[in-house]
Amino acid sequence: MSSKPNKSINLYALTWRLPIIFWQFIFFVGPVLFMVAMSFFLVKNYRMTEAFEFVNWSKMLSRGYFWDSYWYTVTIAAISTICAMCIAFPAAFALAFRASESTRRWAIFLLIIPFFTSYLVRTFSWFVILSENGVVNGILGYIGLGPYTMLNTNFGTLVGYMTLTLPLVVILQTVTMANIDKTLIEAARNLGCKPLATIWQVIIPLSKTGLIIAAIFCFILSFGDFVAPFYLGGSQETTLPILILDTTKSGQQWPRAAVVAIMMMGTLFAIAFTGIALAYRKRKGQK
Amino acid sequence: MTKSTSNNFLAKPSRRHLLKIGGAAALTMPFVSRAWAATTEINMLAWYGHGEPDMVAEYEAANNVKFVPKYYAGGDNMLALIAQSPPGTYDLILSDGEFVQQLNLAGYIDEMNPADYPLDDMLHEDFKQFPGHWADGKMYSMMLRGGHLGVSYNKNSVTAEEAASYECFWKPELEGKVGHFDWHLPTLGMMSLYNGNGASLWDLDDAKWDAVQETTLGLRQQVGGFFDYGGTFNGLKNGDMQAMVGIGDWITGVLEKDGAPVASVIPKEGGIQFTESYSIGKGSEKAAEVKKFIQYMMSPAGQVKSAQMAAYPGFCVTKGGRAALIEADLAEATRSHQVDGDAQDPITLINEGRIHYRDIPQQQSLEDWNDFWSEYKNA
Repeated sequence: MSSKPNKSINLYALTWRLPIIFWQFIFFVGPVLFMVAMSFFLVKNYRMTEAFEFVNWSKMLSRGYFWDSYWYTVTIAAISTICAMCIAFPAAFALAFRASESTRRWAIFLLIIPFFTSYLVRTFSWFVILSENGVVNGILGYIGLGPYTMLNTNFGTLVGYMTLTLPLVVILQTVTMANIDKTLIEAARNLGCKPLATIWQVIIPLSKTGLIIAAIFCFILSFGDFVAPFYLGGSQETTLPILILDTTKSGQQWPRAAVVAIMMMGTLFAIAFTGIALAYRKRKGQK
Repeated sequence: MTKSTSNNFLAKPSRRHLLKIGGAAALTMPFVSRAWAATTEINMLAWYGHGEPDMVAEYEAANNVKFVPKYYAGGDNMLALIAQSPPGTYDLILSDGEFVQQLNLAGYIDEMNPADYPLDDMLHEDFKQFPGHWADGKMYSMMLRGGHLGVSYNKNSVTAEEAASYECFWKPELEGKVGHFDWHLPTLGMMSLYNGNGASLWDLDDAKWDAVQETTLGLRQQVGGFFDYGGTFNGLKNGDMQAMVGIGDWITGVLEKDGAPVASVIPKEGGIQFTESYSIGKGSEKAAEVKKFIQYMMSPAGQVKSAQMAAYPGFCVTKGGRAALIEADLAEATRSHQVDGDAQDPITLINEGRIHYRDIPQQQSLEDWNDFWSEYKNA
């Protein structure tokens, strides 16, 4: 007969857990609840007044431009995730399996360095590189190509997203793959598995969890980013963060902006939970 | 033989000397702090630039005041900041002309005495009793400066003849090269002027409003982006944008002074004037100091400072100010057409009926215009 688990409260453990629980309540749950409440408020004479009206929800969700922004944001964030994962994978693979321990450590350190500077500053530096009179078009001009319009396009937005997410995705992928048991890869090769098949059938399945987590991070950061679509995309297509700004700028409609923010959070929760479920789902027969 | 002199004290101070000096310093501290406290802090609510050193440092030094600016972007934002602050938070409020009326209706600003300001010296009759600045015969705001919005363009891709009409925004070569200042009011006002609505550009019935929307949507394929001040500035500077809708010399003027081949003109369909005015915040305990500063800004010296403001230029509104600008900085006066006989002289343009003061929509709500703007951006 198995013994029942001890259900008494461990005060010592609870003491250490309490700060983070308080922190989450004060700085996450509290503001989120306030934001939900705010979405029912009204704005009168540029001042928010407490109310419980559904007008903000009906107003925003019935607007075509809201749904255009919504689907555009989902799509561009998904494209950003695919691009980041594909660009990062070869680099992470090389760092995990080909580079020495010290090279890998230095590479990860160098990948962290961009985070030391402001993302806005890094984004603005792309103006010099991508503008019509910029470095890229200057080089292309020497070989008789261009000039190409790169700023204020979807391409510009994606460059901004990569600036934000790529270092993080490379780090996450590298750390994940570096922790794979190398003997499993060697066993696959010894049993006749070709290099590409080894990647598809051994390395990717074994690093699935880390890869999905990297993808989720990339999607979340891209989905909520305001800087890249505004400055490098030129607001050509309105993303949801830009819509929040537009909504607050004119008429101080914070309650309507709250509706957009709640829709964003709902979407991110759905995607993150689905991703995590996939990441930790066990294969048939796996214990 | 004397034990010590001031010279050997500097070379080798004794403990007694140090204690004496330390004690004296400690006793003097309250007076020092009292002298610091005598500096009057004036809370200013304004567009960026008005509280910067090039505008206020000289005045601060001469009058022992210190400006504490809070900057906003847009009249809505300004009204919200005031609405969310306790009465008396802002001593000095710089507002766009069309928002003064709302400030007054909400009771955020105090009445001003017309006799305190140089109304007889104003460059144009309209400026003396500017729309919205007066109510029931009482004055609530003093017009400080203005600027005109029209066609802003790169001289390398748009000729002066082409820029004489808003039609140039539809030039096929400019596809993807026309930028928007990201605010619906100036752009839709310009589209209204292009549709021939003239003086009634803000007073549109349903049919005219539909027509303005249609005209604006027709421009969408030409548009390369929607920008804030920094983005507009960069887009024109690096050549990514060859023409801009919704701005004027307040942006191209800064670039032009820097040598960029850009300019702004008022096209034949007419242009829009933005107006910036000072008001005294209701409940301010520093109304006297604020009044003195407004008087300074309305003086010839203050008007020159305003015209030369580093963040963005604006034209003088007093005769004395214009004369002082011509004397102090003829190059800037010429560049900004503030000389008699210039076809683009702001006052001449107003007299010719080509300038319309910026206003809010009369038959639609600001929300309607903003909704359309969001649709347009997504089109």
